[in-house]
Amino acid sequence: MSTADLRAGQRPRTVGQKIVSFLGRGVVQLVLIVIALFWLVPSIGLFLSSLRSASDSGSSGWWTVLTAPAQLTLDNYANLLTNPTILSSIGNTVLITVPTTILVVVIGSLAGHALAWVQFPGRDWVFIGTVVLLAVPLQVALIPLAQLFGALGIFGSVIGVILYHVAFGLPFAIFLMRNFFSQVPAELLEAARLDGASEFRIFRQVVLPLGLPAIASLAIFQFLWTWNDLLIALIFTNSQSQPLTVAIQSQLRQFGANIDVLSAGAFLSMIVPLIVFFAFQRYFVQALLAGSNR
Amino acid sequence: MSETALASQGGRADNPASPASPPTPRTASQRSQWRRVAIALGFLAPALVFLGAFVVYPIVYTLIRSLFDRSGAGFVGFDNYARMFTNDSTFTAIRNNVIWVIVAPAVCTILGLIFAVLADKVRWATAFKLIVFMPMAISMLAAGVIFRSLFQENPELGAVNAAIVAVENAFTGGAANYEGANARPDTGLVEQGGSIASEAPVSLGDTQDFALVGIRSANLPDDVEQAVEADAPGSDGIAGTVFLDVVSGGGGENGVIETGKSGLPGMTVHAVDASGNVAGSAQTDAAGRYLIDALPDGEYVVALPATNFVAGGQGVSWLSSAFITSVVILSYVWIWAGFAMIMIASGLSAIDRSLQEAARTDGASEWKVFTKITAPLLAPVLVVVLVTLIINVLKIFDLVYVIPPGASKPAANVIAVEMWTVSFGGGNDQGLGSALAILLLVLVLPAMIINVRRLRQEKQS
Repeated sequence: MSTADLRAGQRPRTVGQKIVSFLGRGVVQLVLIVIALFWLVPSIGLFLSSLRSASDSGSSGWWTVLTAPAQLTLDNYANLLTNPTILSSIGNTVLITVPTTILVVVIGSLAGHALAWVQFPGRDWVFIGTVVLLAVPLQVALIPLAQLFGALGIFGSVIGVILYHVAFGLPFAIFLMRNFFSQVPAELLEAARLDGASEFRIFRQVVLPLGLPAIASLAIFQFLWTWNDLLIALIFTNSQSQPLTVAIQSQLRQFGANIDVLSAGAFLSMIVPLIVFFAFQRYFVQALLAGSNR
Repeated sequence: MSETALASQGGRADNPASPASPPTPRTASQRSQWRRVAIALGFLAPALVFLGAFVVYPIVYTLIRSLFDRSGAGFVGFDNYARMFTNDSTFTAIRNNVIWVIVAPAVCTILGLIFAVLADKVRWATAFKLIVFMPMAISMLAAGVIFRSLFQENPELGAVNAAIVAVENAFTGGAANYEGANARPDTGLVEQGGSIASEAPVSLGDTQDFALVGIRSANLPDDVEQAVEADAPGSDGIAGTVFLDVVSGGGGENGVIETGKSGLPGMTVHAVDASGNVAGSAQTDAAGRYLIDALPDGEYVVALPATNFVAGGQGVSWLSSAFITSVVILSYVWIWAGFAMIMIASGLSAIDRSLQEAARTDGASEWKVFTKITAPLLAPVLVVVLVTLIINVLKIFDLVYVIPPGASKPAANVIAVEMWTVSFGGGNDQGLGSALAILLLVLVLPAMIINVRRLRQEKQS
C-alpha cells in the first residue's frame, strides 16, 4: 500500500474505521488489565496466605479463601507479634535502617555539595571515581570486611551492618546529590558568597533547603534498600542482632510446614516498604530516574 | 567545617587574604586554590574515609586474597581462578550467570518498553504503572517466598499448577483418572502393562463388565451414580458396565452389579482386534455403561487402557532442576520490569510528540512511527536501562538463595550464591570466594566503562 492510499484513507474516517480504532483501544485496555492482574496476584496471594491457618495452607491453596472466607484468621500475625525472636528482629531492622539512612544522607549530601559547588583541582576525577564505585558489586568486600570487623570486635553486631550499608550506599548517594545539587541556581550561591557566608553555611542555608526533594528521594531509596537487604545481614549479624529478613529466611528450610510463618513474616516485612512506597513514590521514582546504574 | 573559611568564587587577585594567614610568596590565586582544596576535603572527608576503608581497601585485599589458598597461608597464584572453571558447582554458577545476563535484562527491557508504550494509551496509566512498579519496593526475600509458593508442585497448593490443571481439565472434559485401580480377581479380567482387559475375546452382541477395586472414594468424580447393567448391544457392538466392585459399608457379592456399587463414569473403553489394533472405543456414562458399536465382524478383546489409571492433573515440577532458573528469572522480571517501564516512560515523555504526529499525518503506520522515530529517540534510555539491569543481574543473590528448594539449589546456582557458599555457607574457602568476588568485579567492568564514557559525553555536550 502506498503512502497516498494511507493518507487518503485517514482523513474521512468511516464508521468502520472508528469501530476498529475503538476495538483497538479496547484490546489495549484488556491487555493492560490482564497484565495488571498478573502483577497483583502474587502479592494478593501472599497476603491471603498470611491470613490462613497452617492446616488450611497445608491442604488447599490460598484462592479457596475466595469461596470460604471463614478461613480468614489473624492468628499467624498474633503468633509472630508475640514471638520474641521476631519482635527483636523487627527492632534490629529499625536499628540498622534508620542510622544507615541518616548517615548516607548526611555524608552523601556533604560530598555531593563539594562535587557540585566547590571548585578544586581533581574534582572531575573524584566524580568519575564515584561513578566507577557505583557499579562495584558489594560481594567484593564481604571477606575483607568480615575479617576487619572481626578484628574490631563488631562482627555480629548491627554496627558492622550499618558501616557496610553506608559504604556501599555512598557512591549512589554522592552521584545523586551532586546531580540534584548542581541544578540549584548558581546566582543564589553567588549572592551568599558575596555576603561572606562560609561554604558550610551556603550548604546548610541555600543548597540543603532547595535540595530537600532530592534528599527525600535519597532517603527513601536508601531506607528501602537497607530495610530489604538479606545478604549483608545474613553474614554480619548473629541471632541477637539479626533483622527481620534474616529471621524469616531461617524458616525457609521447611517451606511447606512453615508457610504460615513465612507468608505472614514476609508480608510483615513488606508493610513498611509498601507504606513508604505509596506515600512517597514520586520521590522514589525521581531517585531512580536521576541515578540509575546502582 | 571551617566557619572561618570565607570562600570566594574564582581566584581574583583583589581577594582579601585571611588576616590570620602569614604573608607567603605564593600568589593570592594559589592561596585561594589551596583553601578550596581544604574546604572540599572537609566536605568530602567522611565519604572518602568510608569509601577508602570499606570499599577501595577491600577490593585490593580481595584481589590479593584471591591468590592465596583457603586458609590464606599459602600463595597459590591463579589456582583459585583455574579451579573456578573446573569445579562443577562453580562452573554451573558461571554458566547460569551467563544465562541470567542474556535473558533477564532483555526481557525486563522489552516488557518495560511494551508496558510504557501501551500505558501511554489509557487513562489509568498512573494506576497501571504503580501496580507494575510496586514489587520494586518489597524485599527480594518476600518476592522469593511469594514465587516459591506460587510455583509449588501440588496443584492443590501452587496457584500456577492449579491454573494449568484447571485448563487441562477444561480441554480433556475433566476425564476421570482412577489412579491405583485393579481388576477384581476371578472376574474374567487380566491386567497387562497398566491396562485392564477381558481375559478372553468377546464376540459381537455380547457384554463385558469390568469389576474394579482399589479406587479411593476421594478419586471418584462428583457425578457418580449407582452402577446399572448395560442393555444388550446390537449384532455389531459390545456393551458392558465398568463399576467399583465395593459396597460402601461392606457386604455384596464380588463381581456382581448390585445396589450400593458405583458406576465409573468417564472411563475410556477400547475394543482391540486380533492384530492388536483399536477397532472402536467408547466412554462410560454416569452409571458406568459403555457401548462400542459399528464394529466389523470378529472377536475383540475389550480393554480399559492405562491412561484411565494414571494420576491426571499433577502439574509441572516448576521447582525441579529443569525449570528452577526460569522460575527465578521470572520472579526477577516481576520485580524489575517496573523499573524498566518507569525509565522508558520518562524517556517517552521527553520525546517531542510533534515528530510522531507529523509522521502520522504523513501516513506512516503506527509500527513505522515506532521503529523509525520513537525507538531511535529512546535508544539512550534503553542503553541506560540495560546497563543498569546487567550490573544488577550479575550480583543477583537473594532470589536464588530463597526460591529453590534444597534439591534444585545446585542447578539454580549463580556466582554470588556460590561465593557466599564457598566462603561463608560451609565451604570456608575464602581463597576461592575471593576469586569469585573478583570475577564478579571483572564482569561488571564493561558496564563501568560504558558509564564513565557516557558521563564524559554528557559533559562535553
